[in-house]
This record gives sequence, C-alpha cells and structure tokens, in this order.
Amino acid sequence: MTNTLDMTQTELRDINTTLQAAAKGQANEKYIITNPRGSHAMACGLDGPLDVTIQGSTGYYCAGMNKEAAITVKGSAGPGVAENMMSGTVTIEGDASQYAGATGHGGLLNIKGNASSRCGISMKGIDIVVHGNIGHMSAFMAQKGNLVVLGNAGDALGDSLYEARLFVRGAVKSLGADCIEKEMRPEHIEILKELLEKAGADAKPEEFKRYGSARKLYNFNIDHADEY
Amino acid sequence: MEKTPQTEPRQSWTFSKDVNAEIRRAAATGIYDIRGGGAKRRVPHFDDLLFMGASMSRYPLEGYREKCDTSVTLGTRFAKKPIELKIPVTIAGMSFGSLSGPAKEALGRGATLAGTSTTTGDGGMTEEERGHSEKLVYQYLPSRYGMNPDDLRRADAIEIVVGQGAKPGGGGMLLGQKITERVAGMRDLPVGIDQRSACRHPDWTGPDDLEIKILEIREITNWEKPIYIKIGGARPYYDTALAVKSGADVVVLDGMQGGTAATQDVFIEHVGQPTLACIRPAVQALQDLGMHRKVQLVVSGGIRTGADVAKALALGADAVSIGTAALIALGDNDPKWESEYQKLGTTTGAYDDWHEGRDPAGITTQDPELMKRLDPVAAGRRLQNYLNVLTLECQTLARACGHNHVHNLEPEDLCALTMEAAAMAQVPLAGTNWYPGKPGF
Repeated sequence: MTNTLDMTQTELRDINTTLQAAAKGQANEKYIITNPRGSHAMACGLDGPLDVTIQGSTGYYCAGMNKEAAITVKGSAGPGVAENMMSGTVTIEGDASQYAGATGHGGLLNIKGNASSRCGISMKGIDIVVHGNIGHMSAFMAQKGNLVVLGNAGDALGDSLYEARLFVRGAVKSLGADCIEKEMRPEHIEILKELLEKAGADAKPEEFKRYGSARKLYNFNIDHADEY
Repeated sequence: MEKTPQTEPRQSWTFSKDVNAEIRRAAATGIYDIRGGGAKRRVPHFDDLLFMGASMSRYPLEGYREKCDTSVTLGTRFAKKPIELKIPVTIAGMSFGSLSGPAKEALGRGATLAGTSTTTGDGGMTEEERGHSEKLVYQYLPSRYGMNPDDLRRADAIEIVVGQGAKPGGGGMLLGQKITERVAGMRDLPVGIDQRSACRHPDWTGPDDLEIKILEIREITNWEKPIYIKIGGARPYYDTALAVKSGADVVVLDGMQGGTAATQDVFIEHVGQPTLACIRPAVQALQDLGMHRKVQLVVSGGIRTGADVAKALALGADAVSIGTAALIALGDNDPKWESEYQKLGTTTGAYDDWHEGRDPAGITTQDPELMKRLDPVAAGRRLQNYLNVLTLECQTLARACGHNHVHNLEPEDLCALTMEAAAMAQVPLAGTNWYPGKPGF
C-alpha cells in the first residue's frame, strides 16, 4: 500500500514524524510526498527501511542523516542533500545544490543531473554517483568512500583529500592540494563497475580516471607549506 | 681604587628573554609554536572586579541558614526537554582524542555527582562519557568526526560549535602521535596522521543557513533537545544576536582565556577578546532582542573560582562553563609530576604541549601506560569536590549581596579596580559612580 502526504495539507513536522515512525516500524512501507515546494529538512533522520518518493524539488538538507531508507526526489535538491547519510539510498532525478552528501558515512547518493560546488565535502564513507558535472572544491577533505562523476569536475577537485577515491570520466578543471591522478587497478574497476550498476549509469569503468591523495600533507611538514 | 660606576646590563622590554627564545626557536625549526590551553598573557579579568556586599542599603542573607538557590534551566526557548542543572557551572567540550578515555569518564562522573552536564568534543561520543554522564551535551562541529543520528538522539542537548575563545576563526589539529586505532576509527581516518578539524562547517555558511541547519537537527531529534550555539569571543554583540536569530536555545560564549587542545600560540595569544569584555555586549544583544533569560547565556574562558562564577552571573550570564580548571581538578599540571615535566623541558603549571600526547598526568594522552595514571573514580570525585566549592563560594557571595538565587546577582553588586575592567564590565570604578563610556559623562 502506498501512503500519500500532501504538503499543502500537512506541516513539515507532521510529515517527518510520520516518516520517522514508519521507518522505525521496519515495515518497508511506501510513501509519496506531494507539493514539497522546496521545503527544507524533508524526510530527514529516517532510521529504518522505507520507500519515500518526493514529487517535486526540495530545499536544504533533504534526507539528512538517512539510515536504511530509500528516498527519491523527483525534482532538484537544495544544499546539503543527504548530508551525513549513514546508509540507504537517496536518488535525485534533477540537479543537486552545494554540499551534496557532505560528511556522509555510508549509503548511496545517486544524482541524475549535476551537482554544484563542494559535492562530497568531508565525506566519510558514502558513495556518490553524479551522472552530470560537479562544481568546484568537490571532495574537499574527503576521508572515505567513492565519488563517481560521469561528466566534468570543476576547480580544485579533492583538495586536502584523505582516503576517498574519486573517479571522473570527463575533464577535471584542476586538482586541489595533495590530489593526484592514480593508477586504475583491477580492484578499482570492480568498485566502479558495481557503483555504476547500482546507480543505473550508462558508462564503462574503463572510461574513468582515478584520483586520490598523494598523502604528502598527512603529517605537517614545513617543506610543504606552499601547498597550504 | 674606587670602581667607576657602570650602567647595569639592561634587558629590553621589547626583546625580552621569552621573546628572544621564541625567535631562536623559530629560526632553528621554521615552524610556529603549537600548544594547548588558552591565552597566557595578562588581560583584564574577573580579578579586577569586586563585590560591594550588603550593609545599610542592601540586606544580606544568613550564610548558613537562608537558602540561596543555584539551579539553572537551559534550553527553555524551543526545546521540549530543557536541561535542568543543580549548579550554574557546566563542563566544557573537550574531545576524546585530545583527552584519554578515563579522563572523559572522570569528567562525566564528576559532573554527574555535582548535578551538572558535561560536553563531548571533536571526535564523537564515547561510551565512557555517555555512560557516566547523566546529562551530556553533544557537540556538532565542522569536522563532524563521529557524527551520527543515534548519538544525536541519545544526547541531552546539542551544541553547534561555530568558534571557541582560544581561536575564533580557526580550526583544530590533532597531531599524529595521538591518533591511535580507536581515535582514528571514530574519525574515519588512518592511524597516525595529523587530523585537521575544519574552521567552517561543511554544509552551511552564515546565520540564514544555520537557521535551516537547526531546523534539520530539531526535526531529526523531535524538537526535544536544547540547541546551543558556541561562539568565540570575537564580536559578542552581533554574534550573540545572530545566534538568537538562527534559533539558538542557548548561547555559549567563550573568551580568549578559554583553552584548546592544540593551536598555534600566535592564534591563542592574538585573536579574540578577553572573557570580561565579551559578557556585557552579549547580554546587551539579548536584552535588545527581548531574549535575556529566555535564551540562556553560558560564559566560559578563565573561570577558576566561585568568585569568577558569581561575577559572570552578576554581569548577566545564566551559567558558566569550565575546561582548563576541570582538567586541573582531575590532576593536570600536578606538582607531583614535576620531575617528569622537567624531563619534557617544562615545569608544573606551564605544561601545555598537550598535543604531543606525553602528559605525565595521563589526561591529555592516548598512551596506554600514561592513561593508567588517572583513576577516573578518584579524579571524578576531585572534580565533584571542586564543583561543589565553586558553588559554595558563589552562594556565599550572592548571600553577602542579599540574593536568594545566584541569578539575582546583578551588575549593581560590582565595582571595578581598574579603568579597563570598568570599561569592559560596564560597572563603576571603585569609589566612583562612573565607568568609561557611561552615558551622561
């Protein structure tokens, strides 16, 4: 059974209370949210299996801190979509604004359009697949997880990167401090193949380049002061 | 033969021994000095204020008989479950990573026994701390190390850290030598590398964004938890006003004497304002917005005695928070470790290389052998004793001024010993009815 919540009739607090209770109920129910009208903090803090479809665009922090739920936005998402996500899947049919997937620990953020600046900033284990392009300073201080970009990447990709893996099919405008191109080994092809399949992306792993940390900034060294 | 009088060798005030030593150290290493703690320079402080007490114009309360309440409620603006504290002193945020697990446990034990809250720090919430803290404030920091919704929900309050007094505008650094497997695991980073904590939050900029971020956190936590915003002592009037605008339940204001685990000495000593200078502008901002006592103000940075507590409250704070003093109560910089401090090239009271992880007292370390030196039960009891003394001292002063609740202390109870303190605290210079900047003079 599919439940429908209309945001012209229901307040944000009631929407989130309903979704959070349903997720906790572990029944893997289906919910459709209509008329989101760019509301902030929609479907955030879900903690359990739940299928949520939002019919329209959302504001800031949609699906924030998600655990286990599958959330689809049939539109574009504002800043910080799926921030600090722990697990589950968040799919954006349109574009995503700044900080998509910021600090995410796990799960899959699947952006069918483009993502703006700082996509994957400080990511800590999340997988992010962007079917279009990403903006500048993406994967800044990214710690863990995979960022896959089918299009191009903006300036300073992977600045001050830690152990996150970045895969870009198109052009990279520039690399940030301590980010370098790295060899694509068989295990990376496998990771990429799996992620592309999960995201329903029409691309071959061999078309991508891999970027990662040169690890020169891991311990402060005065000889690298120019990099900071 | 009579000796010709000679000019005494004269040291330069500008190029003092300390300054010259630092120049030589910088020339030898090429690296700025990193250390823990807060500003060590002399700045106008609570010592420069006095209570006038009661006599003919004020009626005192009997010290050992008449009640003087010390309870505080934090988070009454929006939160469904405000925090009720027995005393107006809380324990400030200090990270697991910079502090050992037993030290965090001791802070939780001491705070709980005294009826107050303790606070996590960069690096997430540990079981030691949650398990031993009846009331635990969970810090929401730019790094988001260890941040997760489960801990958010099992916190009693959430403190969004925008800045801290030791380094307003600066991030943090936990050097590799303290990054054990456990610390690294909690932060999702490799063992042994330097861990930078960002100076800005990754997913919001400015108060308009922060208002939405707070909405998200409230939605995730069912609007139950008080949301604090912690700011460093930079521009206290506007920063407080903007924190209120962003939707804070509580503003935590940390002056430049507030400590840090590790930052450049130049940052600690040269950025930010003294605690004393921050309180009145912050209170003014709350009053101008009609929010004084509705949004609670917690002041930190150099609180050491019950007199400091009472003076901060008299200037308009609802509570104070302690960090450095709490560590000293646990055993930090204890003279019993003097020979070991000397081996590290320092001395009791001056040890501040907390980032190196070699703390003889076993507090600011992740070394398993050093950590064993701190008994969390005994240390927690020392902290409880210290918190009790702070409270008793504060009550003593409040009664002497005729108040049956420490929140009834007011600026009119105070005078200042110096012009600087009078100007900053906006209380009259002792023996006058004037302070610099007072309207009408």
